[in-house]
Amino acid sequence: MRELVDGAELIARGAIDIGCSFFAGYPITPASTILDHMLRELPKTGGVGLEAEDEIASISMCIGAAMTGVKALTATSGPGLSLYSENIGLAIMGEVPLVIVVVMRLGPATGGATTVAQGDVQFARWGTSGGYPIIALCPASTAECYTLTQHAFNLAERFRTPVFLLTDKEIVMMRASVERATLHRIAAVSRARADPSTDFLPYYEAQPAGVPVFAPVGDAQHLTRFTTSTHDERGLITRKPDRVARLNQHLSEKIEAHSAELEMVRNDRQDGARTLLIAYGVTAGAMQETVRHVRTTGGTVSQLVVHSLWPVPEQALRGALAGHKRVVVAELNSGQYRQEIERVANTLNPRPQVVGLNRLDGELITPEQIERAIDGRDGN
Amino acid sequence: LSAPLTISNWPSYRNLAAGSYTFCPGCGHSAILDHLHAALVSMQVDPHKVVIVSDIGCVGMADPYFATHTFHGLHGRSIAYASGIKAANPDLHVIVLIGDGGCGIGGHHLINAARRNIGITVLVFNNLNFGMTGGQHSVTTPYGARTATTRGGNLERPLDIGALATVSGAAYVYRGTSFDKDLPERIAEAANVKGFALLDIWELCTAHYVPNNDYSRSEMLELMSSLGMHTGVLRRRDYPEWSAAYREQAATVAGQLAFGAGPITPMFESPISAPTRIVLAGAAGGKVKSTASLLATAAMRCGLCCTQRDDYPVTVMSGYSISEVILSPAEILYAGIEHPDLLAVITQEGLGQVQLLLAAMDESSTVYVVPELADQVQTRARKVIFKPLPKKASRKTLAMLALAAMLRDTQIVPLAALVESIRTEQNSAIAAEQLRAVELSKDLL
Repeated sequence: MRELVDGAELIARGAIDIGCSFFAGYPITPASTILDHMLRELPKTGGVGLEAEDEIASISMCIGAAMTGVKALTATSGPGLSLYSENIGLAIMGEVPLVIVVVMRLGPATGGATTVAQGDVQFARWGTSGGYPIIALCPASTAECYTLTQHAFNLAERFRTPVFLLTDKEIVMMRASVERATLHRIAAVSRARADPSTDFLPYYEAQPAGVPVFAPVGDAQHLTRFTTSTHDERGLITRKPDRVARLNQHLSEKIEAHSAELEMVRNDRQDGARTLLIAYGVTAGAMQETVRHVRTTGGTVSQLVVHSLWPVPEQALRGALAGHKRVVVAELNSGQYRQEIERVANTLNPRPQVVGLNRLDGELITPEQIERAIDGRDGN
Repeated sequence: LSAPLTISNWPSYRNLAAGSYTFCPGCGHSAILDHLHAALVSMQVDPHKVVIVSDIGCVGMADPYFATHTFHGLHGRSIAYASGIKAANPDLHVIVLIGDGGCGIGGHHLINAARRNIGITVLVFNNLNFGMTGGQHSVTTPYGARTATTRGGNLERPLDIGALATVSGAAYVYRGTSFDKDLPERIAEAANVKGFALLDIWELCTAHYVPNNDYSRSEMLELMSSLGMHTGVLRRRDYPEWSAAYREQAATVAGQLAFGAGPITPMFESPISAPTRIVLAGAAGGKVKSTASLLATAAMRCGLCCTQRDDYPVTVMSGYSISEVILSPAEILYAGIEHPDLLAVITQEGLGQVQLLLAAMDESSTVYVVPELADQVQTRARKVIFKPLPKKASRKTLAMLALAAMLRDTQIVPLAALVESIRTEQNSAIAAEQLRAVELSKDLL
């Protein structure tokens, strides 16, 4: 049985079904309908949703709420992500489980409010000072908005870190007939809680790649300290080089050491194919349409949909790239993810040729364009 | 103090391991923090129910001295973190420690937290300049005052934080100094207010403001007086606190979620065997989007897959409105339309937006156009010019008239399916108009 639904509603449904009970956001096209859905539905579930005075307040409120133990969500687009930047760094530093939906639209700056683009891929990755790993999932269809939102919450809880759902105007605003059976509900993961009967240190982890156990602000047994400053395991500011180094090693390793477990791709290799197509988000739909057409007309081509953009799914990419002569990375920006693919390609011998198929005029990359790029008929 | 210390269950809210304060000699911060501690002792509130939220500046070094929950965040954002904490857990006493610098960069949060009347208590450590970064001027630096960034005298007038909180709607506003003997009682009083409470506490920055301006306690009091910034409780009023009001309102809607229209049961049949790409080109406010949705769900009532993309200017009720709908027996992977099979030109605004599509259409496709725009449509596609529209047809039903006529012409989706969608998905007033449009559409061909 199918229903007609858009990505915004499925993001909201995914969030509520996985236990999200707090949302704060500020209106911005094309993310506003997520705000609307969450503020309409959260009161019915016993959760709290509010429209904040600006984007800085939105993410600040989510961070405050998340540290009381709830699962929090916010949603914005490029201009709002700019304003989130400083607090994303705080959420990484303070180890805050949080899901941030970024509905990409054409930039820079105000750009095109109702125009599709995929230009915030590297911005999401490097958008905070200090430069620490982040996790970003990217739905390639309306239905995947539901499942990947749930995964994003589980990863945020497991690693106590902000997780991006990096999506685009088309995926969020387009309506589609979605088969209900494809809306998979997954089991909820919750952050590990401190044992009430033992001593508690808010930022202690036995191994650098571990994650500290959590006691909420307001906990009845343990007093907790949250801080944005470089801190020791007690949550107190420190400048001791060994503690500083340990903290920074921890913030990197807790994600990087688990990057292989975070890989989410759909690898569709065709034997004998010379070219591998790679895409994500709305562009992956056009790519899949291309591949369907090529194969039904007797051609051969491989494709890879990337669902976990960050960390870069390097193992899966190496496996997918190997054996292909040509790799085409299609994206609605000037080649932001292609540089990651090239980095992986450089580790292969023989190294496949990596070319980009890019569009920045506010229109979608079409299946015809991708088909022409398979054998370089587009001149690349 | 109201609660005698002799029966105290919580004799101390201090984190003794943090040692003594590291503030400069004579800095008002030490005194205010002592007063806050005394207030907590008098309140006898479980420290597990207290969270002290601070941000950046010398006051941001305060939280380690307390054995409560503490939260130390970014410059000027403490009020926003505190609002999130209170909204999520209204049982907590949420106490913000912020400087005059924080009130500047985070002024928007102060205004809106007061306006929202969320139940947090804000202690402003107002020493008239940025102490930590070298004595630069802040939003509260008096006119003419000398600071690291106003060597020739400050050219800006000082912000009255107490007045700002008052006009913004705070439930409780107090102004005093770090020297006030009754400050513990005022802090406890503010913390027991259900809504937003703010204490604008003036104090001395002995490292910078005092030496740069020949300033002391007596000058401070004279300055407050000359600025008309009165001391004492400035405002007390009883509004519903946000977190409580939200929960009260939420209780009235608790229960069943109202997401979406739900699944659609196929009960009709469509003859199409390949994707059919349909574009409706009309004007905003002309129900183009909702008509396209009804086409989509009518197709789903025939077991078809569909996608719908809408394009319109940022304004909602003026300009063009274009909806693209693809119907297909198989899953639709790409929702863009470069070569429409069917395109309905309903208004001038819509026509202006579909020139590229018209140019891309060939003899296998069909353009439907209202008679007054027929001459403007140049295309290789088969052109169906509607007969003059019925006089009774309102602007809001043009899209439905065009769609229903298109379905009569192509038979790709039975009208009965469209009628079923209208009856099921539209409210009765709109449904009546649209059902009439479906009926009238027979006269268009």
